[in-house]
Amino acid sequence: MELRNEAWREELRQNMKAKDRMALPRVKMNELDGEYRSHNSEEVNRGLDLKQAMAEAKRCLDCPNPSCMQGCPVNIHIPDFIKNIERGEILEAAKVLKQTSALPAVCGRVCPQERQCESKCVHLKSGHDAVAIGYLERFAADYERESGKMSLPQVAPALGIKIAVVGSGPCGLSFAGDMAKYGYDVTVFEALHEIGGVLKYGIPEFRLPNAVVDVEIENLTKIGVKFVKDCIIGKTITVEELKEQGFRAVFVASGAGLPNFMRIPGENLIGIMSSNEYLTRVNLMGAAKNTTDTPVTIGRRVAVIGGGNTAMDSVRTARRLGAEKAFIVYRRSESEMPARAEEVKHAKEEGVEFMTLHNPIEYKGDEKGRVSAVVLQKMELGEPDASGRRSPQPIPGAVETIEVDEVIVSVGVSPNPLIPNSVEGLNVSRKGTIEVNEDLQSSIPTIFAGGDIVRGGATVILAMGDGRKAAAAMHDKIQKGEL
Amino acid sequence: MNKIVDKEFFSANVVKLEIVAPLIAKARKAGHFVIVRVDENGERIPLTIADSNVEKGTITLVVQKVGVSSSKLCNLNVGDSVLDIVGPLGRATHIEKFGTVVCAGGGVGVAPMLPIIRAMKEAGNKVISVLAGRTKELIILESEVRKYSDEVVIMTDDGSYGNKGLITAGVETIINREKVDMCVTIGPAIMMKFVSLLTKKYEIPTVASLNTIMVDGTGMCGACRVTIDGVTKFVCVDGPEFDAHKVNFDEMMMRLSAYKPEEAEAFNNYKNQNC
Repeated sequence: MELRNEAWREELRQNMKAKDRMALPRVKMNELDGEYRSHNSEEVNRGLDLKQAMAEAKRCLDCPNPSCMQGCPVNIHIPDFIKNIERGEILEAAKVLKQTSALPAVCGRVCPQERQCESKCVHLKSGHDAVAIGYLERFAADYERESGKMSLPQVAPALGIKIAVVGSGPCGLSFAGDMAKYGYDVTVFEALHEIGGVLKYGIPEFRLPNAVVDVEIENLTKIGVKFVKDCIIGKTITVEELKEQGFRAVFVASGAGLPNFMRIPGENLIGIMSSNEYLTRVNLMGAAKNTTDTPVTIGRRVAVIGGGNTAMDSVRTARRLGAEKAFIVYRRSESEMPARAEEVKHAKEEGVEFMTLHNPIEYKGDEKGRVSAVVLQKMELGEPDASGRRSPQPIPGAVETIEVDEVIVSVGVSPNPLIPNSVEGLNVSRKGTIEVNEDLQSSIPTIFAGGDIVRGGATVILAMGDGRKAAAAMHDKIQKGEL
Repeated sequence: MNKIVDKEFFSANVVKLEIVAPLIAKARKAGHFVIVRVDENGERIPLTIADSNVEKGTITLVVQKVGVSSSKLCNLNVGDSVLDIVGPLGRATHIEKFGTVVCAGGGVGVAPMLPIIRAMKEAGNKVISVLAGRTKELIILESEVRKYSDEVVIMTDDGSYGNKGLITAGVETIINREKVDMCVTIGPAIMMKFVSLLTKKYEIPTVASLNTIMVDGTGMCGACRVTIDGVTKFVCVDGPEFDAHKVNFDEMMMRLSAYKPEEAEAFNNYKNQNC
């Protein structure tokens, strides 16, 4: 926290009283109009302008013990970057972000800040809105990218030690970035034909433009990270072969591959698919464009089953592809929804309907085997269950049938079994996740793992936090000669 | 990478391609498949590996023109490259000494059958191969199959080559003649369904290799799901081979038609632009 004692920063603090800072209203994100944006893939949130960002930065009290940082899985030096924005040194702010985050422009867009850094903001204690840390993070990262003066993080002298990373999603990228900074020779292996994992195949363009992800990946390339596409560790090359090729250790960040289904009658009818399939077709394969060969069903009446961010991404995509009626079916009530409040708000503004306290129990099809209706069981909330949320109970006899021509099932994912199945001696949990210790080291000392293959389905930022943590632990063990 | 080094027409619409893919050539076993994406705008399509040459670092694929993606692939020439190939995917065929194994392959299904025929033979089985097609020109890889088979029976719908009749007639003749311990069948879904019904009647264990719609091929999308013994399975990671007697072939055929209208329209546009 040396930065806090610098003269410019002391002066900033004295320029305005804490009480006056607290009185400033929180900035509102600039957004595209709901009706307009529900017909295209333009990014919904437009970001802040310089004036808005500098004004919002004033709201930060520059606390001596910033509690916001405790809420950040990658420990971004939050007041350091915000105060640089307040004094107008945006490129400096971006540098602060990059000390601890490999993907600031991504985090600024998709992190659930309201549950992390912003949930710990001191403003909340006095009943005010939290400082818009996420908006400011995005602003600094975008400003730097658009300035054409992107700085690269400092890289330690080359150690000449090869490290392999399995998977190029947020966890793998964050690990790769940190290891490259420590001076390792890092190669990331990706099964798909694009780098970025869920940032590319999953999160839609209107929430996270591919161009933003590509710049972050390019920066990793510039600090020496190598990428190999179309290569499945455990299939194309085994972990054993990686060792023979001189890789000292392996970090597995292969994600939560397998989509869950509900195992209800009619679920394999045509027109019913996982959100992974739907989003991959649209985002990765560009199926909605007429220049590409991959098809996608264009539903008129689309039901999306689930209440998470992926469900919101799917239902908003369905609207954009032309659905007249696109609706969420969720078995609990809106307050239990795991999706970010912002995603729910955006979906509603775009004309998405919400059928909460409803649960599908059967699908009906036409003579060609195409889904034509969903049978919904109405639910009510009972006692809290293991997750602490009030558990939904069916209301006897309360069943309704709704006409649909497409259904997207978005009820979670299970770990991808490719790696766990292909490495002998690797301890795997009953759920199929890789078991690791507090250093994210597996039962095989040279194999570390993080992200959804360990957690079984979480967020981009928790995956990135794992990447950082694993990098620090692996580096430490290599330095000590333990690996 | 992924350069085509040899191309052979088995018929006007069936092409054999030998493609440079050294890592896959080395890692693959009988039963494995790859996902191929021809160009920037291409689809990801699954194709079972017909053969490989580790020294040359090549794999062999046999492709039938049925739509845009397969036509694009068939229209590539020696020296051209395929943009993406990833694999080997799926579980390898379970090979052991069963005794007498009937390998029933229809149409281009004979190509992925070839490595299984070979592996079954090398494991000490008596291998009887039944090759079927609508007409003579659709019988492929006969000489290669003969190399590793104790006997080869050819069936054509129109009788233009071998025996006249469906594949099931050929298989049933063998079953009536001698004890069959195992059957493997690869071909169109409808063919596998009837081979499976036949061998079920005679209680002969049967494996079918399913070729469903896929996107990623690694378990991520679930487009390939099939019902096996009442339970949903993914062909890409749980298969592609399953106990044929437990496969719900009717559902599988229904799901294969998921994009029929879109595919037909795209194929028409493609033909109009390229012919």
